[in-house]
Amino acid sequence: MGATLEIRNLHVSINGTPILKGVNLTLNQGETHALMGPNGSGKSTLAYALMGHPAYTVDAGQVIFDGVEVLELEADERSRLGLFLAFQYPVAVPGVSVANFLRSAINSRRKSINAEDQGITIPQFRKLLTQKMDLLGIDHKFAGRYLNEGFSGGEKKRNEILQLATLEPRVAILDETDSGLDIDALRIVADGVNKLKGPDLGVLIITHYKRMLDYLQPEHIHLMMDGRIVESGGPELAEEVEAAGYKPFFEKHGVEVTEE
Amino acid sequence: MTTTTVSRRAKREIVAPPFQWTTILERAQAAGEPDWVIELRQQAWATYESMPMPNQRDEAWRRTDYSHINWNSAGHFAIPNGATVEHIPAENRAPLIGDEQGGLVAWMDGKLVHRELNEKITKQGVIFTDLHTAIRDHADLVKKHLFQKALKASEGKFAALHTAAWTHGLFIYVPRNAVVELPLHSIFYSEQTGATLGHVLVVLEEGAQATILHEYLSPEGDNHASYIGGTELLVGNAANLRYVSLQSWGHNMYEFSHGRGHVARDGQLDWIVGSMGSKLTKAFMQIALDGQGSWGRMSGMFFADGNQLLDHDTYQSHNAPHTTSDLLFKSALKDEAHSVWRGNIRVMPGAIKTDGFQANRNMLMSDTARADSIPGLEIEADDVRCTHAATVGQMEEEYIFYLMTRGVPRIEAERLFLNGYFWDVLERIPFEDVQNRLLADVDRKLLGMHTAKNK
Ligand SMILES: Nc1ncnc2c1ncn2[C@@H]1O[C@H](COP(=O)(O)OP(=O)(O)OP(=O)(O)O)[C@@H](O)[C@H]1O
Ligand SMILES: [Mg+2]
Repeated sequence: MGATLEIRNLHVSINGTPILKGVNLTLNQGETHALMGPNGSGKSTLAYALMGHPAYTVDAGQVIFDGVEVLELEADERSRLGLFLAFQYPVAVPGVSVANFLRSAINSRRKSINAEDQGITIPQFRKLLTQKMDLLGIDHKFAGRYLNEGFSGGEKKRNEILQLATLEPRVAILDETDSGLDIDALRIVADGVNKLKGPDLGVLIITHYKRMLDYLQPEHIHLMMDGRIVESGGPELAEEVEAAGYKPFFEKHGVEVTEE
Repeated sequence: MTTTTVSRRAKREIVAPPFQWTTILERAQAAGEPDWVIELRQQAWATYESMPMPNQRDEAWRRTDYSHINWNSAGHFAIPNGATVEHIPAENRAPLIGDEQGGLVAWMDGKLVHRELNEKITKQGVIFTDLHTAIRDHADLVKKHLFQKALKASEGKFAALHTAAWTHGLFIYVPRNAVVELPLHSIFYSEQTGATLGHVLVVLEEGAQATILHEYLSPEGDNHASYIGGTELLVGNAANLRYVSLQSWGHNMYEFSHGRGHVARDGQLDWIVGSMGSKLTKAFMQIALDGQGSWGRMSGMFFADGNQLLDHDTYQSHNAPHTTSDLLFKSALKDEAHSVWRGNIRVMPGAIKTDGFQANRNMLMSDTARADSIPGLEIEADDVRCTHAATVGQMEEEYIFYLMTRGVPRIEAERLFLNGYFWDVLERIPFEDVQNRLLADVDRKLLGMHTAKNK
């Protein structure tokens, strides 16, 4: 049996403003879920809170992954437990190359399992990285570039998926990984994710676009509005949103529509 | 963003160090210095005596309070105790590229303890020796350059003291069109408390090329010590000098130094400094672009912790048309550390079509660290392009979080981030082993294995 990520009644605020107002969601390793919802409804907030971003305060609720209380862990511990977030807006880190960084990340994982571990050898690491770059159709030159610095929007997203492929988490959250990708890149990235999918990987896709869902075929769709998951269902839910937009759902769930 | 914070600390009376002319003269005579050198010293001593000790009412010293220096230990000439070159850590003496070294010369407390020079370089006519030997063996050459064009006693109290009382020096001379392929490496090591006053004089004739690594080192100690230094870099027509100077003093050291590079027509000077050590450093650095088409770059990386104060005063002087200068100084500050950078670009009348740039970046890693960044432009010519940028920022949690979400612990994320932050300066140092050595120093400091003594 794979691990389960269970989010129970999660309340999160930023600078004292409540954003998440009781989120419940259960995702098993091996399943693919999609989280949809209008801009500002709290999708990224959920993703950040799950990873332990220090600006997001958890006011109530629980997150359990594989029997561990996630909310008590630091971001790095959550990662080593098997959670991964592909950022909607990855930051650039000048002077730190993609390869160097990934090697540190791999070595941190190995050291947490065995403090004596000497780390992955350079040839082993090169081989691993090359293989993952090929899987995602990424130019090998990428490895030497500084993390996200001067990357185009699409390159940043691919780099997130390269990290996903290299670190092999148990549950990955993809926060709008499809936005900013051109049609070909979207197909390559989605193919890459599909190759990674399997009984060992649970995926939570945050997206506004049906195209990504068509590629990744999630079995479960969740609809977030105003900091709550208001509906969950099968693929047909995405069809309804695609056809009629969010308005009927706003009305149905009595969510106030605020113009931004 | 620019900060110009004025220090409002109580100003202590500043006492002059207890150096005496008679001692200086005795030492010079004991070293067998010729009259012309002693005359230089004597004139400088007169200048020294005519000047007050700088204090915080002087613009250049406004942010730098050194009144806590204990001259009782820091104001006497350090006495070499017979320690040999092996006292210098092996990693600092290691060859710079693979197992090859163009030359290595080292001093202990002002005493020459080691000198080797690759035979090939000797054959090129390169002189790589200590200043006293050079004064004896190459008097005309030294006389022509020492304290003539670059460093002058009149520049300040410590410049005058240095000129009058210098204890030892490095002399490098690269003849016309000689290209020194292998790097030259020199070390000023201070083991005893007291003062050393080291001088560096580098002369590159027309078309010559060289790369030099010069290191300043001392172990940690309890009593105050001082280094009152002077550097003269003279780059001839179309010559090319890459000069890397690294300072890793113990936290009991006070450094007061003046450095100046002059670049003749179409010459290039690439000057890189790294400072990690000392209790307090006040360094004046200037590149004077004297010849048309000359190029000068100053790069600096500084990482201070504890209650260190690193103050760099830079000057990019465009004295001829079509000259280009560039400056990138980066600091990171922990604990209560404080950095000051005050930088000027000066374009002299007639120095048209010049291009001057300066950037100063500071990263505060604690709420109590402080960085003062004061850029300045003095432009007296038309048709020039001068720009500057100065920032003081925090180590952003956003970056650390991103790195941590991939499983690296906070300290490792900070290490990666900091290494990345310094990388654009570090990559200008052409020796991988030296880069790695500096990165290791940064790591040690980050992990707090190097905390300053609160003296
Ligand atoms: N740092 C912050 N300070 C204040 N408010 C914030 C902050 N970050 C997010 N918010 C607010 O929280 C709400 C939820 O934002 P979030 O980014 O989670 O939305 P989202 O569902 O991911 O939207 P999108 O589809 O546009 O990406 C928004 O109203 C946003 O303005
Ligand atoms: Mg979002």
